[in-house]
Amino acid sequence: MKRFAALFAALDRTTSTRTKTRALADYFRDAPEADRLWCIALLSGRRPRRTITTTKLREWAAERAGIPLWLFETCYPVVGDLSETIALILPEPSRESDLPLAEWIARLRALDTADEETRKAAILDAWDSLAPDERFVFNKLLTGGWRMGVSQKLMTRALSQATDIDEAELTHRLMGDWTPDTVSWAGLIEAPDPTADLSRPYPFYLAYQVDGAPEELGPASDWLAERKWDGIRGQLILRGGEHWLWSRGEELITERFPELARLRDFLPPGTVIDGEVLAWDRQDETPLPFARLQPRIGRKTVPKKLLSEAPVILMAYDLLEWQGTDLRGAPLSQRRETLAGALSNLPEELPVRLSPRVAATDWAGLAEARAQSRDLGAEGLMLKRLSAPYLAGRKKGDWWKWKVDPLTIDAVMIYAQAGSGRRATLYTDFTFAVWDGNALVPFTKAYSGLTDAEFGEITRWVRKNTTERFGPVRAVRPEHVFEIAFEGIQQSPRHKSGVALRFPRMARWRKDKPVSEANTLHDLKAMLAQYG
Amino acid sequence: MVLEFTEAGLYCPAADVHIDPWRPVPRALITHGHSDHARPGHGAYLSTGEAAPVIRHRLGDIRLDTVRYGETLRIGGATFSFHPAGHVPGSAQIRVEVGGEVWVVSGDYKTVDDGLSEPFEPVRCHTFITESTFGLPIYAWTPQEALARDLNAWWAETAAAGKRAVLGVYALGKAQRILRLLDPSIGPILTHGAIEAVTEVLRAQGLSLPDTIQITAGTDLKAHPGAMVLAPPSALGSAWMRRLGPVSTGFASGWMRLRGVRRRRAADRGFVVSDHADWDGLNAAIAATGASRVFVTHGYTQSFARWLSEQGYEAGVVETEFGGESLDEAPEGEGAA
Repeated sequence: MKRFAALFAALDRTTSTRTKTRALADYFRDAPEADRLWCIALLSGRRPRRTITTTKLREWAAERAGIPLWLFETCYPVVGDLSETIALILPEPSRESDLPLAEWIARLRALDTADEETRKAAILDAWDSLAPDERFVFNKLLTGGWRMGVSQKLMTRALSQATDIDEAELTHRLMGDWTPDTVSWAGLIEAPDPTADLSRPYPFYLAYQVDGAPEELGPASDWLAERKWDGIRGQLILRGGEHWLWSRGEELITERFPELARLRDFLPPGTVIDGEVLAWDRQDETPLPFARLQPRIGRKTVPKKLLSEAPVILMAYDLLEWQGTDLRGAPLSQRRETLAGALSNLPEELPVRLSPRVAATDWAGLAEARAQSRDLGAEGLMLKRLSAPYLAGRKKGDWWKWKVDPLTIDAVMIYAQAGSGRRATLYTDFTFAVWDGNALVPFTKAYSGLTDAEFGEITRWVRKNTTERFGPVRAVRPEHVFEIAFEGIQQSPRHKSGVALRFPRMARWRKDKPVSEANTLHDLKAMLAQYG
Repeated sequence: MVLEFTEAGLYCPAADVHIDPWRPVPRALITHGHSDHARPGHGAYLSTGEAAPVIRHRLGDIRLDTVRYGETLRIGGATFSFHPAGHVPGSAQIRVEVGGEVWVVSGDYKTVDDGLSEPFEPVRCHTFITESTFGLPIYAWTPQEALARDLNAWWAETAAAGKRAVLGVYALGKAQRILRLLDPSIGPILTHGAIEAVTEVLRAQGLSLPDTIQITAGTDLKAHPGAMVLAPPSALGSAWMRRLGPVSTGFASGWMRLRGVRRRRAADRGFVVSDHADWDGLNAAIAATGASRVFVTHGYTQSFARWLSEQGYEAGVVETEFGGESLDEAPEGEGAA
């Protein structure tokens, strides 16, 4: 654990990606193999299951520290992180431990079946043999809240440096349904057996937003333009008579969309399709709003009623594997042709469609098509270079999203709440309202979009202009107007205002606007009528 | 009451004097030279001889008398004496006795010996007035030896990488404490003007501090490779830093105990060191006074008073305008400044 805690400290104390990469690469070179594997697992979201409730951890930590629970609860919001609070209040350990990371994790998992007394004794014993920085990491393992400020991309790059294996190849090897229990270091990293995991997906290719004029991308004829659909990006894998659906977040979501199982009967094994899962109106052959898909995301099994209310299709963008062959190196034009062939002559009731090509042949025509996006239930256009291979991760050059401009509304800040973690000392979470006659009606929250300096400024203002406190939430004087940008608007009976926004964020602090000039509920309703 | 809590600050009616007042008063007793305790505009000042040079340096031409630690002074119907608070050089707790009842105003204090300030002395009293800047059990300071080791290791590492180490510290107290911990064999020590000025005042009164070079417009920085640079926290990230070239930055503050603050400050290193008492320090200091009643001033006042009540003290909160340890921002807590 010492080595791993030291790695964590090294990563935590720098914002330089180069320094982070080097620290991780060093770890991948010389930590024990089992520890390296767990490190990769933790950094790619494969955490051990939580065995002990945080309520118990709080109680035991307060008891061990000799303080009442209320005092522990007073400390928690000041620190902003439960694992750290516990690590800080415990007395100095009475001894040291040289157990490696993997061994600590094994011990924790063994507690899964233990009774409470055994668990408590084991945790108190661990706290007493770990230094404060090790305890913090240990508590993170206990509570499962794992963030190390290291993206999967950075981790993969470090692994590539340590092993001299190509980064994109490693990205692929690290995907799929493995855990440190099911693979070895050698089996996962050094000499993977491609047939060992039929469900393993390919790394998704992700696009950046077009940052200049699209004309700078060269002739429009070099590009495939298609709609940027607003659903769940997914990769459908048909291999060995089975099928799997992976989300972009590398989550297996096969069970949530059982209607896609039918595709096994019509497409051959050895087929992998990159596409978008969309709730679909079968009568009109148009997508349903994202909000209709939402109830299906949260649940593992889908009741019949929901299946008929929000049936889905896979809107196919790309073909990554065909007849068992990896097509990613082939140009898009060729992959697309093979995909069209594979999907032609399928019965129409099958839940799959080929994402249509936007027919315009020049940039002016494409711009016109983009302007219609909202009416079609799309977020904009995707531009993909016809000659490009399918890359891994977010890369500039061959794929671009060309989203429509967000909708915006000017709103008044009425509540503020402190952030957590890095933002624990700042007010960063705000509630905004619009006018309904003389009353301000809250309609959305937003957390992002301001600079650190602006968050600092608004924090100082919030402290001085609090009118009421409700636990951690402060009501503030309605004095500041912010331009809220968002991607979509839906009717919502759960919200007082009757609307729910998609991806709301603070686009600008409108210091130039008096509160009286903020938008009204009527304006919001008009937007709902037009775009909802 | 031996002391009253008034608009202008702590007031002793028997002697008609204030202690660390924040509004102008005729006569002020001052615990130490930090700006939230020694303010301009009073008619007459009284402090320890060791605190006086810094107070004069900061407030200019004032009427200031001095006392020795432990010396007894009779003012009106009250008896006063000043006792080491261990906060910064010259800092004092002020003991007030009226008709056999004893109160102690501790100002700011810490219980660990920093090797520079006169070490904290517990003073027996009936009523103790304490700060609570770090009055939560999450605050515990790195032992001095470990701190010195960490600081010098960081400096040596930074110098070896061809960079300068820039450490954000307060000009009075923290800067000199750190100076004493630094190992001058690693490299030269450069200072920001604000720090050099106070350091010079303390040197002049006989404190032994390593040599420092003030950075001025004419300083040839290339002539001092591998330097440690001490600067006020506010200078870090400011335009002043630009000419320093490649740097590794650090802060030395009690707030560095919290990961959230370390990350927000985006410094490369955070050193957990404060001239205020940590949780154990506060509790030990209060117990050592034998006081039955405790008033809590600046810091986590509400929760600390509640904690003390549960420990059997008669405890209350007093609103003051003392600032505690500021790093421009402090974590939010009830009453935390």
